[in-house]
Amino acid sequence: MFATQEWCGLSAMTLSAFVADPTNIFAPAGTPASSIFSLSMLVLGITSAIFLVVAGILTYVLIRYRSRGAGGRGEQEPPQIYGSNQIELSWTVIPILIVVMLFLATTRVIYTTEHAQRPTNALDVTVIGHQFWWEYHYPQLGVVTANELHVPVSDHAHPLPTYLTMSSADTDHSFWVPRLAGKMDVIPNKVNTMWIDPQAKGLYLGQCAQYCGVQHAKMLIRVYADTPEEFAAWIARQRQPAVDDPSVAEGRNVFMHNACISCHTIRGTVATGRFGPDLTHVGSRDTIASGSVPNNPANLRQFIDNPANLKPGALMPPMHLDSHDLDAVTAYLTTLK
Amino acid sequence: MSEVALDPIVPNEEWTLPSRGIVGMTCLIIAEAAIFVIFVVAYIFYLGKSLTGPTPKEVLELPIFTTICLLSSSLTVHAAVSALRGNARRLCSFWLAATVLLGGIFLAGTAHEWYDLIYKHGLTIKTNLFGTTFYSLVGLHATHVVVGLILLSLALFFSMSGDLKEEHHEKLEGLSLYWHFVDGVWVIVFLVVYVLGR
Amino acid sequence: MATQIPVTEIQDQKVQSPQRHWLEVLHDWVTTVDHKKIGLMYIGYALIFLVIAGFEALLMRVQLAIPNNHFVSPQVFNGLFTMHGTTMVFFVGMPILFGFGNYLIPLMIGARDMAFPRLNAFSFWISAFGGLLLYFSYVGGSGLYGAGSAPDVGWFAYAPLTARVFSPGHSTDYWTLSLLLTGIGTIGTALNIVATIISMRCPGMKMSRLPLLPWLYLVTSGLTFVAIGPLTAAQIMLLLDRYVGSHFFDTQAGGSAVLWMHFFWIFGHPEVYILVLPAFAFANEIIPVFSRKAIFGYPAMVAASVGIGFISLGVWAHHMFTVGLGPGENTFFTLATMIISVPTGIKIFNWLATLWGGKIHFTVAMMFAIGFLFQFLIAGLTGIMLSVAPFDWQLGNSYFVVAHFHYVLVGAILFMLFSAFYYWYPKMSGRMLSERLGKWHFWLFLIGFHLTFDLMHVPGLLGMPRRIYTYEADRGWMIWNVIISSGAIVQTVATLLFVFNMVWSYFRGPIAGPDPWDAWTLEWSVSSPPPSYNFAEIPVVASRRPLWDLKHPDDPDSDYEMDQPTPHEKQEKSL
Repeated sequence: MFATQEWCGLSAMTLSAFVADPTNIFAPAGTPASSIFSLSMLVLGITSAIFLVVAGILTYVLIRYRSRGAGGRGEQEPPQIYGSNQIELSWTVIPILIVVMLFLATTRVIYTTEHAQRPTNALDVTVIGHQFWWEYHYPQLGVVTANELHVPVSDHAHPLPTYLTMSSADTDHSFWVPRLAGKMDVIPNKVNTMWIDPQAKGLYLGQCAQYCGVQHAKMLIRVYADTPEEFAAWIARQRQPAVDDPSVAEGRNVFMHNACISCHTIRGTVATGRFGPDLTHVGSRDTIASGSVPNNPANLRQFIDNPANLKPGALMPPMHLDSHDLDAVTAYLTTLK
Repeated sequence: MSEVALDPIVPNEEWTLPSRGIVGMTCLIIAEAAIFVIFVVAYIFYLGKSLTGPTPKEVLELPIFTTICLLSSSLTVHAAVSALRGNARRLCSFWLAATVLLGGIFLAGTAHEWYDLIYKHGLTIKTNLFGTTFYSLVGLHATHVVVGLILLSLALFFSMSGDLKEEHHEKLEGLSLYWHFVDGVWVIVFLVVYVLGR
Repeated sequence: MATQIPVTEIQDQKVQSPQRHWLEVLHDWVTTVDHKKIGLMYIGYALIFLVIAGFEALLMRVQLAIPNNHFVSPQVFNGLFTMHGTTMVFFVGMPILFGFGNYLIPLMIGARDMAFPRLNAFSFWISAFGGLLLYFSYVGGSGLYGAGSAPDVGWFAYAPLTARVFSPGHSTDYWTLSLLLTGIGTIGTALNIVATIISMRCPGMKMSRLPLLPWLYLVTSGLTFVAIGPLTAAQIMLLLDRYVGSHFFDTQAGGSAVLWMHFFWIFGHPEVYILVLPAFAFANEIIPVFSRKAIFGYPAMVAASVGIGFISLGVWAHHMFTVGLGPGENTFFTLATMIISVPTGIKIFNWLATLWGGKIHFTVAMMFAIGFLFQFLIAGLTGIMLSVAPFDWQLGNSYFVVAHFHYVLVGAILFMLFSAFYYWYPKMSGRMLSERLGKWHFWLFLIGFHLTFDLMHVPGLLGMPRRIYTYEADRGWMIWNVIISSGAIVQTVATLLFVFNMVWSYFRGPIAGPDPWDAWTLEWSVSSPPPSYNFAEIPVVASRRPLWDLKHPDDPDSDYEMDQPTPHEKQEKSL
């Protein structure tokens, strides 16, 4: 196991050096992705070997047995060989043996991933897929947020995985952060589970991987692997009710007296809508519109004015606010850190 | 180029192949069976999963009489084919009429059952998963019965007008194969819906 | 008994027949029940849709060439990939393959027509109508987002995206209805093929002497019966959900989205074997002729093909590895999918053994067949990779899968179709296609194909999911997408060359004669094109290669039943 880790790490580093991409499946940063990586190396090895042998023979045959004469009907036909039972048997048995070997290796990874031992200190997160954003609940910690998932870093000495329990509020989605784990579909009326354990601090990118409608392409995922201290601090902040900054009272009023409250929650206010993302700490996020644009006042204003400006097909309707109200409510949301 | 054979073209052995009508009908039956299998699978899958509404146990009664009628009609249609093969055309008409009658009784029984289900028990295709899968499966079967009865009535008409003759026995056999299939599906539906599912 | 094939007089029918009014010609084609004309109509129809669906692909590739592109809107793009997939599978793949089958099978078995000529015509016209209905969606009805009502739910139309609440317009209905209609036509043609092969073989043609092309079409048709039913059933259920308020896939009422997936893929996986088996059929005829050797291991080829057919019915949930079925089911479907590689491998090895010891002629038809061999090998191997469920948890629903299935559909099936065109066009039209233009077509298409589809595996490995109308600039996917898109343009040019070749050669190509390739099956014993009645007198055959027997009376196949050594082999043993 240790040797595999070393080997995986080395291969991952080598491959990453060639292609430094944030969603490279060959740059695993967590245990599920790593065990898939090891298995995939075995599979690639076997299939490459098969390719080299068969393609090699095919190439040889094409060169060796090409017709050298001018061709034509008078040409003598080569000896007609109709078949051979022994040969048929050999190239039936050998592939069966390869299949058995590959199957056994595969089964082991299926079971170790889907039936992994769950440590008692694992973090639980409930993931709810929506058209076209992600809702995250931390039931043990009383936190609700959207689109940016914070989890603690794990390491092999002291594993601290995060268990995701997932379902959908509408159509089929799929949660895929390639460097952390394989994807798992997020399906209405069905609960799926998976686990991740990022081994290094950082931001891990992914996106929805099951076509779910118009803006499937912009249902991005951002997983922040924090050190335990950073994670605890983040949780503490998220558990606070919304910041109530008096300098943006006007914007707050705009929000509370418009339809915003029927879709969004801002804890500590009358806004308790559940249809759209929880905005209690929206100011603390790096991005809006499910990771697709940076979170800054300009983008925020554009989105609120008409989401189709940035994400045509998003289910939030244009709010038809006048310019003054737009500025005010944008300023308000920016303070919700 | 090819050489011309000078001998007359007479194959050494008898060269008989299966009737294309029977082969064709068999293929159609396999295809239709595949459709039915999926509706049966959906029925079984959703057993016990309805969130509301009446359950099979509460509203379904064993349709013994109509089942006997339908399954007997397989015997009568078989008799019709045998009669036609033996050129007994009046007998063939009789058996065809019996088949149509028995099939008609089955349909009437189904209609009566559905009337009760809808108006007495409030079960429609929209009510719950049981309603959805019940009406679609039994309804698909009933549709096939209707088609079969139309074709059998046509055959009966031609038999009575004297146009259905002994040389057509293979075509009637093809039709009877279809009818046997419809009855076979009913056996499955009966077992799954009225026996297993209640 | 000896093979007896009466020779038919070669007639240049175009010279002899008087000039007909174009309305008369049109009426002839519209009302025909002749399997050859119907076959040609299927092929022509499919080629038109190939161009349309190819154009849809080009539009997608332009949109995807750079990140956050605005060439088409998300709604239009989603319609494009749905229409491209649906069209290519149902209105290109199925018609063209059934068209070739329609044309060739009666000729190869010594029959005058298919078993049910009127059903044949009906099947064509209802399938054709289905295609027109699908494309009517672009203009008919009121579009939801101003992009027309073209289906935009993906070619597999997963529930509950297709429910009324998530797809309120008619896009889903166009998809459902056009495929329901076409499915009826497909069943009709498959039924016709089975009845023809079972009931209309010429005297002496026992099943063990049936050429491999009809054998594979027999398996294909059998698969069709079992596979199309589930799709039809699921579509009826979808229509009931959308219009009558039933709850088959209504997750709010306890229905299951996964059930749709099961039903669809119980159809969908055999469907891809329905598409590939005819390509194998062509390979089984073409590779032996241009190796100048009989196919190696005929009984094994039959058994392997039947085996592939049966096993393909049991692997469907490898399209659902990420759905959360559980380790037991994932393991089962991994095993079943891996097992199918065994008979598939047997076929590849038998083709290799056919080439071995032969005299290989590199005609354009053979070049495409060789491309097929290499490319199908690779496609099969990436299929093995995908069958490893954990690997599929990364690769599934990504561009790796898109690359894999295009490798099969384009690299294997389309290449083998091109080969079939160069091989049988002379029989169908009486003229040879230009070998020179053909070589340009081959090399250009090969380069374009590999540029696009080899490299398409990479974005998948780098985490790019499928069915996205655009992507983020920071993912590192752009360079690959640019090259992939450029390969599409090269393939377009090559295809246009091919179309030009077909049109030009019809008028100016060299006259083919009945047997330009010195081949061995019965279609080469009649004129090119064949007379409407195919054979003046029904032939009598004594082996699998009736024309070989006639051309080699000293060494006919009929001396050898299965597994008997040839005199050459006996001689070598005794040395």
